[in-house]
Amino acid sequence: MSDASIAADQPVDLPPGDEGADEGRVRDALISYLIGLVLATVLSAASFLLPVTGLVYAPALPVALVVMAIAQMGVHLVFFLHITTGPDNTNNVLALAFGVLIVFLILAGSLWIMANLNYNMASMTQIMQMQR
Amino acid sequence: MSATAADPHHPSHIGPASTGSGRDGQASKRIIAGYGFWIFLLSDIVMFSAFFAAYAVLAGATAGGPTGRQLFDLKNVGWETACLLVSSFTCGVASIGAMLKSFRIFQWAMAATFLLGALFLGLELKEFAGLVAHGAGPQRSAFLSAFFTLVGCHGLHVTLGLLWLLTMMAQVWAKGFREDIQRRILCFNLFWHALDIIWVAVFTVVYLLGAAL
Repeated sequence: MSDASIAADQPVDLPPGDEGADEGRVRDALISYLIGLVLATVLSAASFLLPVTGLVYAPALPVALVVMAIAQMGVHLVFFLHITTGPDNTNNVLALAFGVLIVFLILAGSLWIMANLNYNMASMTQIMQMQR
Repeated sequence: MSATAADPHHPSHIGPASTGSGRDGQASKRIIAGYGFWIFLLSDIVMFSAFFAAYAVLAGATAGGPTGRQLFDLKNVGWETACLLVSSFTCGVASIGAMLKSFRIFQWAMAATFLLGALFLGLELKEFAGLVAHGAGPQRSAFLSAFFTLVGCHGLHVTLGLLWLLTMMAQVWAKGFREDIQRRILCFNLFWHALDIIWVAVFTVVYLLGAAL
């Protein structure tokens, strides 16, 4: 493989989705996908079974579900998309961090503003009375 | 395959030692293509987050119509989740086949991915048809409009992904594992895995929370 010409101590940039360029890549990649599949299956199954079994205190259920969803997204990112914290992945991680920031702003901002608006807006019956 | 040698489209000073760390010039085309596609995927996720925000705001606005708790069939959603998760794995196996330049592994794994993706799409369309038949179409309430927009947009992405998948199978069959084909396989892999990540958010926020609350 042409990768042999690169000194081992030199960090090499990786595109997202690529494993490291070492020997035994195929085995490592397969193991990574298998671990990802097992972890994601466990987390998915837990998410679906938790509301049915009633193991979690009911008011805490939404938080538990959201936490498991975020954990599963992390599993997908690490084991399927191979986004890791290694020196070869800095660009990918920084882009991801910026994406997460924007997603957080859109979600939290929308929910906050709309809840506030709901709270401050007069109810429909009051508006109709004012129009008389 | 990363940091490949002798790309005819690159000036000669960009050698095989280019790491993309700025030390020896420009990164290989595979790194640039993969990174660019990663940026696109993140922008796609930002677009989805807007749909998620709209859904979260409108989830309670049922206008006297049916709520998510009455409508959602979690068994169906469970099967959809299983299909998409296993298809993500077979898609990874296909990328290993491409790494090994093995036609057999690649084409069989891609075919399995296609079947699972098509099964997912079939289950989703069955669910949509059932909802519309019960008078719970997108025009019934703001909640259902947001639901059909969000889940339908994900379904549309899966449909486009399936078309892309068939294109990749045909390109590998016709042209073999050329460098440019390998880059497209990498991008397709990223796309398919990203769809699965968005589905995790969909089944949690829309279906599980919708049925639990």
